[in-house]
Amino acid sequence: MAIFYILLLFMVIAAIIAVETKDLLSSVICVGAIGFGGALMFLLLYAPDIAITQIVVEVLALIILIRATISRDHTFITGDREFFGMAVSVAILLVVFLAGVRVFESLPSFGTPIFTQVADAPAQTYIEKGLTDTGAANLVAGVILDYRGYDTLGEATVLFTSILGATVILRTRSRRTVAC
Amino acid sequence: MLYALCFLLFMIGLYCAVVKKNLVKIVIGLAIMEYAVNLFLIMLGYRAGGTAPIVGRGDLQAGAERLTAHFLNRAVDPLPQALVLTAIVISLGSLALLISMCIRLYDKYGTFDITEIRRLRG
Amino acid sequence: MKGMTIIVKTISGWVKVLIFLFGIHIILFGHLTPGGGFAGGVILASSYVLLMLAFGRDFVAENLPLPLASRLDCLGAFLFAFVAILGLVFGAAFFANFLYQKYLPGQALHLVSGGTIPLANMAIGLKVGASLFLVIFALSAFRKDGRPEDETAAERGMGLGSPGAQPPSAVIERNTPEGGGATSGDADATAVRRPQALGQE
Repeated sequence: MAIFYILLLFMVIAAIIAVETKDLLSSVICVGAIGFGGALMFLLLYAPDIAITQIVVEVLALIILIRATISRDHTFITGDREFFGMAVSVAILLVVFLAGVRVFESLPSFGTPIFTQVADAPAQTYIEKGLTDTGAANLVAGVILDYRGYDTLGEATVLFTSILGATVILRTRSRRTVAC
Repeated sequence: MLYALCFLLFMIGLYCAVVKKNLVKIVIGLAIMEYAVNLFLIMLGYRAGGTAPIVGRGDLQAGAERLTAHFLNRAVDPLPQALVLTAIVISLGSLALLISMCIRLYDKYGTFDITEIRRLRG
Repeated sequence: MKGMTIIVKTISGWVKVLIFLFGIHIILFGHLTPGGGFAGGVILASSYVLLMLAFGRDFVAENLPLPLASRLDCLGAFLFAFVAILGLVFGAAFFANFLYQKYLPGQALHLVSGGTIPLANMAIGLKVGASLFLVIFALSAFRKDGRPEDETAAERGMGLGSPGAQPPSAVIERNTPEGGGATSGDADATAVRRPQALGQE
């Protein structure tokens, strides 16, 4: 359990550095460190599917972020907003944080998942009958493509639309100039 | 205590998205928030001393297609993992969209500073 | 973007094939081992991104032309919806696992098992890989000073790349209005600094 604390502390420190540093390249590298720590945490939390996906997605996200920032001329940031606005925002965030931490006391402690406490949780059915209902040995694949296939259909649509939007925004030539 | 650290990570990302002036810093704050939320969802389904929810050869009873009680008592929750899997890939798509908008804004206004973008008249 | 040195080009020519094969393995065995369509598709895209970083954009534009990538993307999305509709035609409901329930149950823990799950994995892998390759290719079109690079013939058809005879959109003066309306993006380069190069260009 100590390794979880160490990795989370590493991620928090990297996040603080990413937020406060004035050089954009350093903060992008710290975001990469956060993603890498997250992938290690997923591996230790017995989620190998998610760990594979997180590490490759984080590498591509780093490439996208670096491509946007390093090719530009502005890599140094000049100061924050005015002091009063920042103080009010920090105060509100502090209140939200202190109130939100109290919510976690109503959750079961770390290490006992919720589906063992509730009588007829769907996760229990997925584990017991997953192999015989879907035929897939990877229960997570059986969940996303058989039991909860609609979510995957929605996700494919969202990814398609967002990539379409990104490609259209980066278009520099309009088709109207071709004629005459 | 671990949940509180994860929530602290989320709050750091929220602070960055709310307070900072640079556009790319705001996008980085959103990315930190997404990492924190995915991590929190997976931590909810963790079982101490458990195994990954993947059936191996040793988890089937001999001859039958039933799972051993050893596997049933130790498997972690597969449902949050299924939800987070799609969430991670969607976050990559939305990050690409945000960065393409940042690039377009830089080409039009010449700066990443949102206070200056607000004051300029197109 | 330009390519890198000859050492990087040689090694990535070999490694790219292995990464591509690994991505196909993760997609194909997605119902038996950890992985699945999403992770495998992202690995496929990253093999082409490696090629783009090592050899330059023009080489990759000839290797996998842009209209072909966009058609593969649409084909993947269509195949996924097609598998779901087949579940309505042959099975009980939309998106039912009709292959496992009726026609081809297969054997547990073998490659032929799970019904329509491997087919849906392959469709998702194709779609995610082609989409992410498209978006990173489109993002790499812009150079250091904000001027787009020279385009290839394939990009002209899709509208990505340099705007040709059109001037870029007008740049707004920042502090003091300079004489005449600035109409070219190069005028903005006076007030900004160039960053340290990252080893390429």
